[in-house]
Amino acid sequence: MTTRMMGAKVQRVEDDRLVRGTGRYVDDVAPDALHAAVLRSPHAHARIVSIDVDAVLDVEGVHAVWTHEDLEGAMADPLPLLIPHPTLTHGRTQYALAKDEVNYVGEAIAFVVADDRYVAEDALARIVVEYELLPAVVGIEAARSGANLVHDDVPGNVAARMEQSNGDAAAAIAAAPHTLSLDLHIERSACMPMEGRGTVARWDPDQGRLQVWTSTQTSTGVRAAVAAKLGLDLGQVDVITPDVGGGFGVKIVHPWPEELLVPLAAQRLGTAVKFTEDRREHFISSAHERAQVHHVEVGFDDEGRVLGLDVRFWHDHGAYTPYGLIVPIITSTQLLGPYKPGAYHVQFDSLYTNTVIVTPYRGAGRPQGCFVMERTMDAIAAELGLDRADVRAANFIQPDEFPYDQGLIFQDGRELKYDSGDYPAMLDKIKELVDWDGFESFRAEKAAEGKRVGLGLACYVEGTGVGPYEGAHVHIETSGKVKVATGLTSQGQGHQTAFAQIVADELGVRFEDVEITTGDTRRMPYAVGTFASRAAVMSGSAIHLAAKRAKEKALRIAADALEADVDDLEIVDGVVSVKGTDSSIPLGTVAVLSNPLRYAFDEASKAATQFNVGDPTKPPVAEDDEPGLEGKDFYSPPRSTFASGMHAVIVETDVETAEIRILKYAVVHDCGHLINPMIVEGQIHGGVAQGVGGALYERMAYDESGQLLNASFMDFLMPYVTEVPTSIEIDHLETPSPLNPLGIKGAGEAGVIPGSAAFAAAIEDAERLPITAMPISPSELFALRQAHAQEPK
Amino acid sequence: MSTEQTHEIRLNVNGVEHQAAVPARRLLSDALRHDLGLTGTHVGCEHGVCGACTVLVDGQPMRSCLMFAVSAAGHEITTVEGLSRPDGELGPVQQAFRECHGLQCGFCTPGFLTTITAGIAENPDPTEDEARDMVAGNLCRCTGYQNIVKAVCRAAELARSDEDGAA
Repeated sequence: MTTRMMGAKVQRVEDDRLVRGTGRYVDDVAPDALHAAVLRSPHAHARIVSIDVDAVLDVEGVHAVWTHEDLEGAMADPLPLLIPHPTLTHGRTQYALAKDEVNYVGEAIAFVVADDRYVAEDALARIVVEYELLPAVVGIEAARSGANLVHDDVPGNVAARMEQSNGDAAAAIAAAPHTLSLDLHIERSACMPMEGRGTVARWDPDQGRLQVWTSTQTSTGVRAAVAAKLGLDLGQVDVITPDVGGGFGVKIVHPWPEELLVPLAAQRLGTAVKFTEDRREHFISSAHERAQVHHVEVGFDDEGRVLGLDVRFWHDHGAYTPYGLIVPIITSTQLLGPYKPGAYHVQFDSLYTNTVIVTPYRGAGRPQGCFVMERTMDAIAAELGLDRADVRAANFIQPDEFPYDQGLIFQDGRELKYDSGDYPAMLDKIKELVDWDGFESFRAEKAAEGKRVGLGLACYVEGTGVGPYEGAHVHIETSGKVKVATGLTSQGQGHQTAFAQIVADELGVRFEDVEITTGDTRRMPYAVGTFASRAAVMSGSAIHLAAKRAKEKALRIAADALEADVDDLEIVDGVVSVKGTDSSIPLGTVAVLSNPLRYAFDEASKAATQFNVGDPTKPPVAEDDEPGLEGKDFYSPPRSTFASGMHAVIVETDVETAEIRILKYAVVHDCGHLINPMIVEGQIHGGVAQGVGGALYERMAYDESGQLLNASFMDFLMPYVTEVPTSIEIDHLETPSPLNPLGIKGAGEAGVIPGSAAFAAAIEDAERLPITAMPISPSELFALRQAHAQEPK
Repeated sequence: MSTEQTHEIRLNVNGVEHQAAVPARRLLSDALRHDLGLTGTHVGCEHGVCGACTVLVDGQPMRSCLMFAVSAAGHEITTVEGLSRPDGELGPVQQAFRECHGLQCGFCTPGFLTTITAGIAENPDPTEDEARDMVAGNLCRCTGYQNIVKAVCRAAELARSDEDGAA
């Protein structure tokens, strides 16, 4: 019997090529391509008076130089607003190349194509742009004041104001025995994949066809955008996503200016053209996230049960809104976590600033929401003198209350209705894992050594696997090998492994015989993309369903060939046999038989030719059938499935220097059934490290004129191995999702969500002073200590 | 084509002599990737901080984005493509990364593999703390480093058993 692959720690099939250096990332393809470079605005806010490119034409090796004037038709229009929303009344997007005005440092102004990147950059240096400087709006406070405007036609810098409620929060708070208000801040960070953005395009004049390779989280999205902007039929554009060096959200944005300009250049110049973003460009011309300011009003009873919760927040979305309101909508809904407040009201303003655009970064608004809710829980516990875990437990949705409707609309336009979970069991696990009950004696022990330690806990719920759909195509070849395609992309999640595990189980074939292709529109033109922890849920389910269809067909043909009943057949290691007998047929032969032939091409295929097979009185391919041993299916769930987790961290805050050391980090995670626990734990590790970065190190240091002062890896402090916990204790809970056939939930973003909340709680617990803004550096903690010491008690 | 002055250089990479004509300003990372087609070496920051482009120059780790190709002439360079065993099987560091799930997107991986190759040559039996120190100059955004540290120890173990086998 074949070993079941689902749930096994299978080593990754991706790794062989990646550790040999034979992976294929975008910059690795098309070695003969010309290279593009982009002139970017050095000013945060300015009118473009004139652009003089004359000097560039003398640079040898330059093939093209374009400004907005050189763009025509749809290419000259603003970039798409990808996710419109009725409340996004003042959405704005940039042009592929700036027209008349620039709104952030880094905005694309001119595009040069040259023999290599060095020459292209030489050319950029010769372009002369005259600017009329305008006042820059930097930070939420400046945006809210409305004293200066980012866009003249957007009053108060407000792109959207959105409000949702469940019950009458104001009345509930007014009637509550206890109330609190809190002001909570989170700063900007960014995805920072190790590979930046990159696009290569080739125009084939013989076929009139464009091939685009791009480092994206959505091949089909790029394809549609390129076709629309270049005025091509969809059928003329192929988009291939090769190995991608990390995404974490930023690469779901599309089309980037370069994703359109490179294909256009390839078409106009008739040669391959490549753009490879450098690190500074990634800092100033891709996307950031996280910056929000929140005000909380909460009313609660003596046990800490939240009776009413009112949250008002301000979201800094940067200079434009290509990705709509997804991030603040997620904050406003996922803030509720595993809790059921008596009544809830939330309102946010999404604000323009003269800074890089804000679009989802792993967690996508959830880290902020979790920070707000968990800080509130801790504040309630402090106010009432209760145990922080007990206050959380008093507010949990109970296991018998699922499906639980939070009474709000989620980011996908569907009800925020949790499908399954067991939060009390999870709390028990995390308390045990971190030794919650033993912490006070640990604290006393450390205090005796003159050390200060604190324990923090944070809980979250994550809507994963949002729609609308994903699809899969499973093809069993005559060799018996199984070729599977799904349209979403991969950027390190091990999809080729996890999806092959699903196929091996469903089809009864050897794992080694399954090959998965992702993100290639030639193989699966209908797809959405990889975001919102949706790949395993969406494509995993679609692949399972498609494999099931292929299996049904295989069994039907095999039953015919073996003169047996379908119910008596089984497939093991790629061989169909009649259970308990020697009668069998390999799947490869079944594939031969599935395709009635006139011409044999090898020994095996002779079996399918017209004098050898079939009932001569019937059509060779039945009316309701088609040739080939294939299965295709789509998975489209009614709504998201809700994963959950709890993190606990113990920190030591240095009594002298206020340095923050991580002594223990514990994670309990519930993503339903695990496909490959090794991969899931890897995702958690990576998420936790990004959580550490967001809590203790990473911020975008903009000055008041809108210059990003730390746009390099020297100055933007991403965690090295020396900054992450030396070990991460992980325990899993598996409450399957009832919404998909495999009972799975997403796992990709989970690890990062509670980071800032857990660290804030632990530092507050160590220091006995309120932590209301993250990230926090040692010098900030030191300053807080001094300010707190001076406060009148 | 550009008329920029070029220099004929010989680069010994992974034991193979290559010839290239490069401008003086061409970075070793670009020469490896674009002139020699050895695209296993990746460029993550172009300012020497992330370590993704690390290669070995005469056995010592070097950030190839901080070295000019012309400066590398006459030195023995090892890239990720040169870390496999002569029979084509994965080398110890490569195998350890695979076994320990020490990589996800794989973009930073070549720099870790070369760095660790030099590290365990110098310290064949690192403690976990020493393993951490060995990779403390390389950035990875996917793995949270947990499994990379395990992979360092496992790589050292595999390399030691190679030595034992050879002895």
